Amino acid sequence: MSFLSYFISGVSLGAVYAIIALGYTMVYGIARMLNFAHGDVIMVGSFVIFTVVSTFGMNPFIGIAAGVLACTLLGVTVERIAYRPLREATSLAVLITAIGVSYFLQNVALLIFGSNAHQFTSVVSLPNLVLAGGNLTVSSTAIVTIISCIIIMIALTAFINKTKMGQAMLAVSEDRGAASLMGIDVNKTIAVTFAIGSALAAIAGALLCSAYPSLTPYTGSMPGIKAFTAAVFGGIGSIPGALIGGIVLGVIENLSKAYISSQLSDAIVFAVLIIVLLVRPTGILGRKINEKV
Amino acid sequence: MKKVLALGLAVAMAASLTACGGGSGDNTQTTAASSETTAASSETTAAAAETTAAAADDTTAAAETEAGAESAGATWKLGVIGPFTGGASAYGLAVRNSAELAVKEINEAGGINGYQVELNSQDDANVEQNSVNAYNTLKDWGMQMLVGSVTTAPCIAVAEETAIDNMFQMTPSASAEECIAHDNVFRICFSDPDQGTAAAIYMGEKGLATKIGIIYDSSSEYSSGIRESFVAEAANQGLEIVAEEAFTADSATDFSVQIDKMNEAGAELVFLPFYYQEASIVLKQASDKGFAPIFFGVDGMDGILTVDNFDTSLAEGVMLLTPFATTQESSKKFTADYVAAYGEDPNQFGADAYDVVYAIKKAAETAGITPDMSVSDICEAMKKAMVEISVDGLTGSNITWDASGAPTKDPIVAKIVNGVYEIQ
Repeated sequence: MSFLSYFISGVSLGAVYAIIALGYTMVYGIARMLNFAHGDVIMVGSFVIFTVVSTFGMNPFIGIAAGVLACTLLGVTVERIAYRPLREATSLAVLITAIGVSYFLQNVALLIFGSNAHQFTSVVSLPNLVLAGGNLTVSSTAIVTIISCIIIMIALTAFINKTKMGQAMLAVSEDRGAASLMGIDVNKTIAVTFAIGSALAAIAGALLCSAYPSLTPYTGSMPGIKAFTAAVFGGIGSIPGALIGGIVLGVIENLSKAYISSQLSDAIVFAVLIIVLLVRPTGILGRKINEKV
Repeated sequence: MKKVLALGLAVAMAASLTACGGGSGDNTQTTAASSETTAASSETTAAAAETTAAAADDTTAAAETEAGAESAGATWKLGVIGPFTGGASAYGLAVRNSAELAVKEINEAGGINGYQVELNSQDDANVEQNSVNAYNTLKDWGMQMLVGSVTTAPCIAVAEETAIDNMFQMTPSASAEECIAHDNVFRICFSDPDQGTAAAIYMGEKGLATKIGIIYDSSSEYSSGIRESFVAEAANQGLEIVAEEAFTADSATDFSVQIDKMNEAGAELVFLPFYYQEASIVLKQASDKGFAPIFFGVDGMDGILTVDNFDTSLAEGVMLLTPFATTQESSKKFTADYVAAYGEDPNQFGADAYDVVYAIKKAAETAGITPDMSVSDICEAMKKAMVEISVDGLTGSNITWDASGAPTKDPIVAKIVNGVYEIQ
């Protein structure tokens, strides 16, 4: 029974990683850049929700809506100001810029909110699910997290496959030059990608902070790194890969905490990543691309 | 800081030039220097008279004479180092505020040995390097005695520096044994081993529980130090440790697995030897899982009621070792003054700092020292006086010290009832 409890909280943690990993994987797949500021967008979203819900005492749904809106605007603005001018620059320059944006967001949050931890009020106010005569308690936050993750995955897959914008994204990810020759507005497509990724970051922030309620300007950085790992694990650029990578990572992390060592769980997670990459360099669902010489 | 250094160098250069008896060339330089500083010019000539050619020594000598000349204006210069920003800021701010409060009272009552006290507080954000930088800043300011550092690791780093300078240092709250390894450093709080041992003895004597779970931060000296002595003493007290789980600073946001393991092992009491920010998450997640043992913390738990937006009802029934409670008779006046000045209840770190300032006052009076003495002479006199005095403070009555720098006083256990500490 305890195994099931660890497993479920692992899946729930993994679902949060998966939602964050979507942001990494979409941006990488379409814009071919690693947006290291993504973790900090989560933090900004969480602070917006925290301010609306806890400081102004509004309904959590209004809070999440405000967070999604703020993060979407932030994502698009960052893309427009920091990344678009570097579209033709080397990938290293873009990477360094992303790290710069990450520190910028952290420090702005430090200035506004200070470095003390804020206790995040859970956006989920449902009762916990008690199963097997009280032996197994599944927190409502975990259930909501897992369901949200599934809904987001289905919706995103449908968006990519069924809409014009989704097809445009696929085309840009295949070949940016050819897509633009076909009349696809590459800049607009990339901006929409950032908007979606950042909106998801706000939702991930709400779920993350509901489960682990301590909110500081550095809240996003560790989950950001783990989610990036999940994206690489599942095959960066692949949406189902982000889901599988996130959940596998969350489960490994929790089970190794429970059965091997609570101190070494992070080390074990990253060791597994290294092994997977040694065997399958493109990740679990990554595409193998043959380079032409 | 840079400007002062540049000025010092310019002064030294000008001085060495005049000392060498350069004829026409030095005129322009001295005027340049004197146009910048009119006040410092008298000192420049004094320094020039004293020093000859050795330029490198000149700068430090000039700096020292400057500092000496200023303190001859007869005030005590007390420095405070602590985290005023960052995760441990609740401690640092309480220390700063309470030290200010104590100094204000002392000054109104005529100062120490008839001299007024000046206070200068520097932030270290709970980082060792920052703490050493803060110490250097304070030394430039002319500090004679140091109250700090507030947290353990920065205190150890600063103590290495004060030992070299032989500066008297007294920490309100840094609790590791290594903090007072040097004989110039004293402490007013309990050490980590003391706390672990005291907690185990208390649990054993009161029969709080027999099945104990421990969650601790393996990346923190403070937490693992307390855990070690607790485990050692628990065996003597007939306590059975049924589960022991660690976390690290990187994984300090999710305790669900650790809590599950405590629950499974049937722990009746969970010992939480770490700081309140992590403890607030443990309390929240345990309540989400419907796990309600007795939670027992140490002095790092103090502050749990101040976490922003924390549901304080979760902390009901939490027990902690604390040398101070606002509800104690002896702390009524201090609490009222603190609330009037800063708008919130003081915590034990504040009380520790308040006691430190008064302990320094008492020792300084016993030693009969004056501010015009050198830092090292003050330190020697204070070291002798500290082992002779006994202080009735907020954090204990009849506190005495031995030459190692450790205090002797009784621990107090408090329980949080209706959002306030109730002394057990």
